[in-house]
Amino acid sequence: MTRTLDGPRGGPAVEARSLSVGYGANVVVADLDFTLGRGRILSLVGANGSGKTTLLRTLASLLAPVSGEVRVLGATPGSSPTRVAYLGQFHPAGFILPLRAIDVVRMARFASLGLLSRSSREDERAVERAMEVMRVADLGDEPLDALSGGQRQRVFIAQALARGGDLLLLDEPAANLDRGARETYRGVVRDLASAGCSAVVATHDLDEAAASHQAMLLARRVVAFGSPGEVLTPEALLSTFGATVHPRSDGVLVVDHGHGCAPGGMP
Amino acid sequence: MILDALIAPFTANGFMANALAAGFLVAVACGIVGTFVVLRGLAFIGDALAHGVLPGVAVAMLLGVPGMIGAAVGAAAMIAGIGFITRRSRLSGDTAIGLLLVGMLALGVAIVSRSGAFAGDLVRILFGEILGVTGRDLLAQLVATAVIAAVAYTCRRPFLLLCYDPEQADTSGYSSRLFHGIMLALVALSVVVSFRTVGTLLVFGMLIAPAATAALFSRRLGTMIALASVLGGASVYAGLLLSYHANLAAGASITLVATVIFLAALVVRRPAGMAHARRSAGRGPTASAAARSSRARQGATT
Repeated sequence: MTRTLDGPRGGPAVEARSLSVGYGANVVVADLDFTLGRGRILSLVGANGSGKTTLLRTLASLLAPVSGEVRVLGATPGSSPTRVAYLGQFHPAGFILPLRAIDVVRMARFASLGLLSRSSREDERAVERAMEVMRVADLGDEPLDALSGGQRQRVFIAQALARGGDLLLLDEPAANLDRGARETYRGVVRDLASAGCSAVVATHDLDEAAASHQAMLLARRVVAFGSPGEVLTPEALLSTFGATVHPRSDGVLVVDHGHGCAPGGMP
Repeated sequence: MILDALIAPFTANGFMANALAAGFLVAVACGIVGTFVVLRGLAFIGDALAHGVLPGVAVAMLLGVPGMIGAAVGAAAMIAGIGFITRRSRLSGDTAIGLLLVGMLALGVAIVSRSGAFAGDLVRILFGEILGVTGRDLLAQLVATAVIAAVAYTCRRPFLLLCYDPEQADTSGYSSRLFHGIMLALVALSVVVSFRTVGTLLVFGMLIAPAATAALFSRRLGTMIALASVLGGASVYAGLLLSYHANLAAGASITLVATVIFLAALVVRRPAGMAHARRSAGRGPTASAAARSSRARQGATT
């Protein structure tokens, strides 16, 4: 991916100090303290309603922090839209629009294009490359509503990649993907990370969390934060999901559905 | 001669030529704005703005000011009122819009009923007087249509993002509040400049019907705007002819034609999803994808 070179490069990608996130005065997760370095991938793991999306939306500047401080790429959230790409879970009106897949990916470049400037070769290259790595290059001319759910999700991920930013904020990006597409997506994010791009990813996929640099277990509070090896322990997962999780010798985590809630591994 | 019947009404009568020109300008303005109204599901607020200008126009006529100024004030009051109610209460936008729509309409009728010499004026406000369009009206419409086109072109990227997902607009550095406001202002402007031509009751039809028809066939935003404008223009032409030969009210004929075109297009077009199902015959999941997207469509319109 092309990466913009402006702005401070050395500091952390995300820095939260006594940060409380929530809606209005309703705190969902209080007192978050963490730092995410450049080129690091942070997985947010937790059941529905645990605060993953709330935290992501705060980092994306869609929600104001309830209290505390948060810096994204060294500034307040939302101050560098060209360097941050956010992929939410819902696309309410996406289907009635007269849009082809490539038009959706091209929207990623609007942040740097502004109102009037014409899109350049570089913009088109970023769009093409993002569609290639997500293997949707051949779907470019298809109308959005002709695509399957998984194809559509790959187009949405390609859109986030085409921003060419320094930080990806992804909310359950792999939920609709089949195994192959999931591998593709995870490979792409890993490659970007080795090139210096950071990512915060909400996920129910414990394999994905285990493969990231850092993991945060959320249950309307921070249950654990640190390297996946330290964090994804059976005890911590029990208090996150209310279910028991056993690590297998090959690294795969097996979940006992203790309380009937739907924990990790589920799409 | 059939050709005579199709062309002569406009060449032989100056008022018919003016009406056609005014109607075409309305068609272009409403084609642009209506596309965004349809795609964003703003039909109800468009309706409210169209009717909400009535008290403004009535007061302007009482005071002897040009009706367009009154209409502009009415539309601005409507937008501000909707914003005020939705901010101050937990009521949904729909409730605020509906409440103000009825309130403004009642206020307009009350003002009109207070002054006796107004009966004819009320009909003119509600249904327009496209056959009485003057050169000055045309000029005002030309300017307004040019402004609408220029603003819509300048804001095409944030507008597209707004249609797609307002949050994408915000995270791309375009304030969704600001550009939503600009979009509403364009709706108001198109209503204000069109009401003299087709009237406050019928301008809504020109805003929605051609754009809705175009939405059935378009794969790209630009195509949809162009098609909506052309369909609106065709409705104006056919409606004026109909009104001339059959001695019908002109504004109503135009809106009627636009609506009939939409219904005919619905019938002519293959049912939703058929196009895709045909192209990918044998691929199983397509039907369910079509069902999903039509559900999403329904969800988006409620």
